[in-house]
Amino acid sequence: MNALPVPLGNYIILSGILFSLGVIGVLTARNAIVILMSIELMLNAANLLLVVFARVHGDLGGQVMVFFVLTVAAAEAAVGLAILVAVFRLKGSVDVDRLNILKG
Amino acid sequence: MTPFNLTQFYADWATILPECFLLLWACVITGAAVLGRTDESKSGTFAIWTIIGTLATAVWVAVTQDGAAFGGTFVFDRLAVVFKEVILAGVILTAAASVGTVSRLRAHRGEYYGMILFSAVGMMLMVSATELLTLYIALELSTVTLFVLAAYHKTNRKSAEAGLKYVILGGISSAILLYGVAILYGLTGTTELARISQGIQRQFMASGSFPPGLALALLLILAGFGFKLALAPFHMWAPDVYEGAPTPITAFLSVASKAAALAAFLRVFFVGGQPAQLIWIQAIAALAALAMIVGNATAIVQTNIKRMLAYSSVAQIGYMLVGAVALDPWGATSISYYAMAYLFANMGAFVCVIAFAERTGSEEISDFSGLSRRSPILAGFFALFLLSLAGVPPTAGFLAKYYVFAAAIQKGYLWLVLVGVATSVVALYYYATVIMKMYFPAEQTEGGFPVARTLTIVLAVSALGVLLLGILPGPVVDWIKAAAQSFVPPT
Repeated sequence: MNALPVPLGNYIILSGILFSLGVIGVLTARNAIVILMSIELMLNAANLLLVVFARVHGDLGGQVMVFFVLTVAAAEAAVGLAILVAVFRLKGSVDVDRLNILKG
Repeated sequence: MTPFNLTQFYADWATILPECFLLLWACVITGAAVLGRTDESKSGTFAIWTIIGTLATAVWVAVTQDGAAFGGTFVFDRLAVVFKEVILAGVILTAAASVGTVSRLRAHRGEYYGMILFSAVGMMLMVSATELLTLYIALELSTVTLFVLAAYHKTNRKSAEAGLKYVILGGISSAILLYGVAILYGLTGTTELARISQGIQRQFMASGSFPPGLALALLLILAGFGFKLALAPFHMWAPDVYEGAPTPITAFLSVASKAAALAAFLRVFFVGGQPAQLIWIQAIAALAALAMIVGNATAIVQTNIKRMLAYSSVAQIGYMLVGAVALDPWGATSISYYAMAYLFANMGAFVCVIAFAERTGSEEISDFSGLSRRSPILAGFFALFLLSLAGVPPTAGFLAKYYVFAAAIQKGYLWLVLVGVATSVVALYYYATVIMKMYFPAEQTEGGFPVARTLTIVLAVSALGVLLLGILPGPVVDWIKAAAQSFVPPT
């Protein structure tokens, strides 16, 4: 068990707050770009947990995992933004309320 | 630090050879397409040969190599063999069914097959992953390429909208899954499923209760898988994406991607979460019941055939998870058998939709009226696949439902089985409505049409699968059962 400069509970609470903010953003935002940003916030909340727990357990695995998560998040964002551009060209808007052709 | 060992090095890479082979050719096909060195008919044929080659390599590995590689993070056990064959069968049928769709694309024809192959690499890694980081990366590889494929008709409003919805909900689901993984890592200090299981057990023995946060972690992971499997109440993306995506991709999504997620689900919950079954097993029973009710009830009112099949596949996942509450080798066997039966029936049904839409340009259920006169072969195939989805003997769907229900009854989940049987009757109603429309139309519609040759082959293979699995299930069930017994820890 390695000593942490700040008590473990604080990190967990911070991560919980970040994750909740991400979820709230996803649920309330109408702009698709803001939703993608909120998803990044949720991923980074998980990253924070991974880094902290890696330190607590004295195990590098968690830190290595963060690198992979960052890479995957970048790939996901690239594809997401590319599709966003395609939608914007068709509709002139990235408002998710206007994504309403498909429903039922 | 273990010293370098050449034999071990060779064994590790030999175990992962099918994925490496597939990845290499996926790169070649995509690269050639990007450089403009190929035409689309060649890359399609090439893709199919690649998958056949991968199948052959997988068989070779299954025969010559045994089990774990890379320090136990990647296994090629019997379960992996079963699901890899299912996934590769799904990929090959998808690639063959895509020929018409791809020839109507104006650009980027070759990359289409490349993306399918990349996705297949992700799915194959996913069924072999016994460690959560590997699992997460594999899951993302298969999903991100599916985002691209769902939005492939990028100038079509429906396809683009489907792509964006899929990206957003797929991103949310992977973030939720990852948060669950992070908590689980915090509780046990490892991401390897076997050691997670030991860690949970040790803490339970020491304190007599599960560590705090374990329930949250498992439920977050369950929700993440719920999205991938389109399990109610996490299914809201599925109908939109299924309707908007190109139909071969819809078939791919509903079959191969679900099979991979199901295998990963079995590993995570039957191995990693096994000591904590008290926490999650009731949740799964509730979700399965909800999926069967919501999926079937919503499917009745649909007018678009792809949406109807989307809601029906939500219900089908519910039926599969009925087998998960048993949490024994027989439960895992019934789920795997169901996945196989579902592969052929659902793939066949979507290929019928492709064949119909290619000639008539319509995906409305009302337009199927009188199909038996216009194309008797297509109507016959479609009726067979719908009957299998409904679970009518002698098709594979009947035995599949019987096995999962039997597994659940053995463990005393009578209420769940009663929900399953009741909803099956509802399901039979809407499948039968389509069949009645095809065979007994209110008014005659004119204009016969042929079915493209490659599609006929795909339909015939799927029909053969549905019938063989239904009439001669013995060898397949024995094969799957051996696989299930090898990986489910004794209870």
